[in-house]
Amino acid sequence: MDLILVAVISLGAIGLIAAVILYVASKKFAVYEDPRIAQVAEVLPQANCGGCGYPGCSGFAEACVKAGSLEGKLCPAGGQAAMSKIAAILGLEAEASEPKVAVVRCNGSCENRPRIVKYDGARSCKVAHATSAGETACSFGCLGCGDCVSACKFDAIHMNPETGFPEVDEEKCTACGACVKACPRVIIEIRPKGKNNRRVYVSCVNKDKGAVAMKACKVSCIGCGKCVKECSFEAITVTNNLAYIDPNKCRLCRKCEAVCPKNAIVSVNFPPRKPKVETPAAVETPAAEAPKAE
Amino acid sequence: MKTFKIGGIHPAENKLSAASAIEVLGLPKQAVYPLSQHIGAPAVPCVAKGDVVKVGTKIADAGGFVSASIFSGVSGKVAKIDSVIDASGYRKPAIFIDVDGDEWEESIDRSENLVKECSLTPEEIVEKIKNAGVVGMGGACFPTHVKLCPPPGSKAECVIINAVECEPYLTADHRLMLEKPEEILVGVTLLMKAAKVEKGYIGIENNKPDAIKVMQEKAVAYPGIEIVPLKVKYPQGSEKQLIDAIIARQVPAPPAIPISVGAVVQNVGTAFAVYEAVIKNKPLFERIVTVTGKSVEKPSNFLTRMGTPMSQLIDAAGGLPEDTGKVIGGGPMMGKALVNTEVPICKGSSGVLIMNDKEARRGEERPCIRCAKCVSVCCMGLEPFLISTLASLNDWERAEKEDIVTCIECGSCQFTCPSNRPLLDMIRMGKSTVMGIIRARNAK
Repeated sequence: MDLILVAVISLGAIGLIAAVILYVASKKFAVYEDPRIAQVAEVLPQANCGGCGYPGCSGFAEACVKAGSLEGKLCPAGGQAAMSKIAAILGLEAEASEPKVAVVRCNGSCENRPRIVKYDGARSCKVAHATSAGETACSFGCLGCGDCVSACKFDAIHMNPETGFPEVDEEKCTACGACVKACPRVIIEIRPKGKNNRRVYVSCVNKDKGAVAMKACKVSCIGCGKCVKECSFEAITVTNNLAYIDPNKCRLCRKCEAVCPKNAIVSVNFPPRKPKVETPAAVETPAAEAPKAE
Repeated sequence: MKTFKIGGIHPAENKLSAASAIEVLGLPKQAVYPLSQHIGAPAVPCVAKGDVVKVGTKIADAGGFVSASIFSGVSGKVAKIDSVIDASGYRKPAIFIDVDGDEWEESIDRSENLVKECSLTPEEIVEKIKNAGVVGMGGACFPTHVKLCPPPGSKAECVIINAVECEPYLTADHRLMLEKPEEILVGVTLLMKAAKVEKGYIGIENNKPDAIKVMQEKAVAYPGIEIVPLKVKYPQGSEKQLIDAIIARQVPAPPAIPISVGAVVQNVGTAFAVYEAVIKNKPLFERIVTVTGKSVEKPSNFLTRMGTPMSQLIDAAGGLPEDTGKVIGGGPMMGKALVNTEVPICKGSSGVLIMNDKEARRGEERPCIRCAKCVSVCCMGLEPFLISTLASLNDWERAEKEDIVTCIECGSCQFTCPSNRPLLDMIRMGKSTVMGIIRARNAK
């Protein structure tokens, strides 16, 4: 009987002392963490995609709270909605940001770009790029091993088995940029979604001279410069035999698409063009530019 | 018999062309000279379109200290300076020359007589080697004059000549030793003089007993040169493995180089090129190329002018067999599959290997079974299964810690893997990425 009592009392005493020590330590060595960090982290998507440039969502939350301003900060996955929630929590103003989307700038499907050799190395674009020029005569285009697909955390990019290159699901894409980093040939670009989701871009990254690019692929940019002359807004530049359309200057008139001899310029989400009738250009242009007014 | 200590494999030798004497190949219609056919800065063209060149005319200047000049192997007119697909599969700038006749520069001594004496100083020899655009002929194409100018603080103790030819199929060095032994030995003497050393070793694997015998007989007359027969093991022709095999010294991890342990390693083909450059005033514009393969009608060794398209060599060896699966520039272990057969012969093109369909096919990739065969064959003491996985996961920091940059890309791991895993593919990609990271860090 005595023995049990001693045990209970001594254990109780040890427990009490330990509790006191723990209590004092927790007060004395307490680390203050801004409660807002947890609040901000809660509204973030918790995808830890790294698209914001910080190590994961908690890193971004901490940076937002500590910086005291939301200038230059954007969670691409959460988008404007998440940023305005963060702004409300922190009492700051969110920067207006344009929604963006990943764009695959290659159209070299099996049909457009004939395979001239067979690559039998590791199924990885990085390896294929480092060890060979790829299966086609174009040493700039998509290698088709799908590094971008495995890099995507939002299931937004998939290989199309028919064409042999990746396609972006615009609904799911958050423009976090993981695929851009994964692509060894820098084919994927993050571009503004554009008005009404409409975009015009050069779907080619081939920097070879015209004659070489011409042979390699049916829809390669040959750097002829016709689009540059056609563009009324100075949005197109040709460097290293490759045209590039600046999305900030482009007014989506689609004149360049019409003049491109190789169909390398692509427009997406536009209504189908009206069949060409003998009408003066002045009539056609406003029709194509109509979405701007909205 | 001597060999290196760690790892190594013994693939089937298949030296099909060993008995074929060196034949002189005819001139091409058009010769193409890529500007970067050596390690280091690309050469800078010193001719323009329309210029008339002779055999041995310099057409491109070295683009820096670690670089080499390029000489025309044909006479004719410069057609254009454009891009060509080289052995890497990518387009590289190159000089195109339309061949017209076969007129040589007057300064080149075309006589066959052997000259043993040379009164030049070591510095003059190095200068002559540099001015002849000589690079390592084994395949890596490191400029020879750079190896002969040791960095301050290090001193050469011996010259090691790599006559191992450990790659299966290739026989270019073997034939050279049988047909030009004295020239090689004079070349080695010149290299020893240039490196200011008294001792020279020539390492030959003992699957070439005829070459060992010839070289041993002739070497008696050349003081300081020792012929070292070596046990057959791949990759003995790698610089570090050869140093280990012959003088039992280990080259530490990069940035250490062979000279750090007192060795200057040169290929046997380089020794011959040095002889021709110094004694005969003949710049490097031709080399011996093996054309071989199990289905090839006539496996041969050709003395080929550089710039010749590989298709011409293949035709001379009986044409492309019907069951061709792959055409490889170099040997089966270190060589690269070619995109087309119009790739020109460069300074480092030791062979053209035509693999048949069955040989060329890679086995189906299966999961790693942790058998550690790759670890036991790795001649650098690495863990290939680990570093290839780290490379595929983009864990560059840890890949660097696991010494990915010391990999010599010999391919033994991939050769031995029972699961057919693409180990070397991954490691190659990882190594180049990590080296890029290290370079960027050092530049800061």
